[in-house]
Amino acid sequence: MSLLQIDNLSVTFDGEDGPVHAVNDLSLAIDRGETLGIVGESGSGKSQTAFSIMGLLAPNGRTDGSVRFDGQELLGAKPKDLNKIRAKRIAMIFQDPMTSLNPYMRISNQMTEVLTLHQGLSKKEALAESVRMLDAVKIPAAKERVNLFPHEFSGGMRQRVMIAMSLLCQPDLLIADEPTTALDVTVQAQIMDLLGDLQRDFGMATILITHDLGVVAGFCERVLVMYGGRVMEEGPTEPLFAEPTHPYTRGLLAAVPRVDDVDAAMKAIPGNPPNMAAPPEGCPFRPRCGFAGEDCRVMPPLSPFAQGRARACHRPIAEVTA
Amino acid sequence: MLSYILKRLAIAIPTLLLLIIISFVLMHSAPGGPFTAERELPPQVLANLNEKYGLSDPLWMQVGNYVWGIVTAFDFGPSFVYKDRTVNEIIAQGFPITLTYGLLSFAIAVLVGVSLGVAAATRHNSPLDYAAVGVSIGAQVLPNFVMAPILVLIFTLWLRWLPGGGWQGPEYWIMPVIALSTSFMASIARITRSSMLEVLTSNHIRTARAKGLPERKVILRHALKPAMLPVISYLGPAFVAMITGSVVVDIYFSTGGIGKAFVDSALNRDYAVMMGVTILVGALTIFFNLVVDILYGWIDPKIRY
Repeated sequence: MSLLQIDNLSVTFDGEDGPVHAVNDLSLAIDRGETLGIVGESGSGKSQTAFSIMGLLAPNGRTDGSVRFDGQELLGAKPKDLNKIRAKRIAMIFQDPMTSLNPYMRISNQMTEVLTLHQGLSKKEALAESVRMLDAVKIPAAKERVNLFPHEFSGGMRQRVMIAMSLLCQPDLLIADEPTTALDVTVQAQIMDLLGDLQRDFGMATILITHDLGVVAGFCERVLVMYGGRVMEEGPTEPLFAEPTHPYTRGLLAAVPRVDDVDAAMKAIPGNPPNMAAPPEGCPFRPRCGFAGEDCRVMPPLSPFAQGRARACHRPIAEVTA
Repeated sequence: MLSYILKRLAIAIPTLLLLIIISFVLMHSAPGGPFTAERELPPQVLANLNEKYGLSDPLWMQVGNYVWGIVTAFDFGPSFVYKDRTVNEIIAQGFPITLTYGLLSFAIAVLVGVSLGVAAATRHNSPLDYAAVGVSIGAQVLPNFVMAPILVLIFTLWLRWLPGGGWQGPEYWIMPVIALSTSFMASIARITRSSMLEVLTSNHIRTARAKGLPERKVILRHALKPAMLPVISYLGPAFVAMITGSVVVDIYFSTGGIGKAFVDSALNRDYAVMMGVTILVGALTIFFNLVVDILYGWIDPKIRY
């Protein structure tokens, strides 16, 4: 049994101009200890997928389908039951470490409350454990700095604190929602290295949500490419990057700027991401796709075509990759 | 921190001095005087009175003498109208009364207002939220000079539960406190609600929820403190307004607080009482603005003095 099994998840927000379908019919599974990357541009529904796993959607968000964690259904679960899983078994790291920590509370209090709540530790034990975890994420002088406020840390250090906080209960699953997006490039690399080390040491399954293909390539065993709230392609990282079979994945990889040829123009995908309040009929990528035809007005199913790989496209692989 | 407080208190001195000078000049430039009466006094009597109270001196000398009296002897002078009473006595008699119903009103306005605001925000768009918003708007637009007679009508004349006026024991406090606290309570509820709604959408609240904290803890431990910031900046002036009382309360319930003394002094041109109450309100305002700033620093660690 997979650790996390998502079947036909849809997320809809009731907006003032009608419903916005942020995620459509998404299915995925992740095993214990596995690393999965969810790649997509802004508005592709990757963060909302993560929030619906944790039950953290905005109040106007509705979910459909099924999210089962270790056999337990999470969609529509009571807050009381969700709270037993949050942080204890599924932890989350957020995009913006500047605002995701409580600016009005000392780091010590923000960390120890997780341990006193979920593991019943005393304040003193919890503090010792928090310092140990800050050491593990390589925060120098953790013993003193645990008493500081978030604004007294740099951006990278704050994200380290955030990571330490998420690992306090040694969760089975870590969801990292764009953990490096708000950081500068050198710090990004440090944080990803740290996450990689911790993932190996603690052995938790990890879902890494990002728009940065380089980060995924270095971190994840398996990748899910999302566009317009749907999965376009999925598969093991290496073959998927080596030979992408979906026009969107191909466009995405072709758009990565090259450092060896600075004069080359960036190969951007033409057009704009879909407006999710009025998405295009059928395949969401249709209006921007060079291979699109009339049949694309019907959404193709995500069909397996090789070991562990699947794609949602009407065009044959040979035609797309030619 | 201590040096900041001392600095702020030091600045308070010139501020109060400026307040005294401006009030003094304004007061004296208004036509008439404390001894203006319908039947004019003989000129010789008026001259003697002016001489006795120092009103014939040049204005700068009067201000100087007044401030000198305050600084050296904490003497705010004699009342110009009540011959045998000093300003100190008038304030010492009225202020404890005002302070009693003011403090009670403040406590109730804050407790009820904050609770109502938090309850409404955490149940956004629910019937309770709509009810809270409706009640607070209603309470805010109902002036206390309308509310006071309605209270008297209901609780004194119809139900005969409460005394209609006077100041002899706790049962005399109830209606003044209701009349004074209601509109402040409504404002506090509205500010708390909107501030809490904003805080609840912030990222660190999402983090708190992701930690598995029960919603009650998310609100009390993580959201309440930041949500209180705008409330506190409102509370400083509101507190002063409440403990310096209300003319309406003093008049409708014959409580005998300084609110009435202040208005009477203005009508009677009782210069000394007017100045005394003005300085009291000014000093309290300065002090509680300092308290607000200190509280801000306590809530928000990014603010350092």
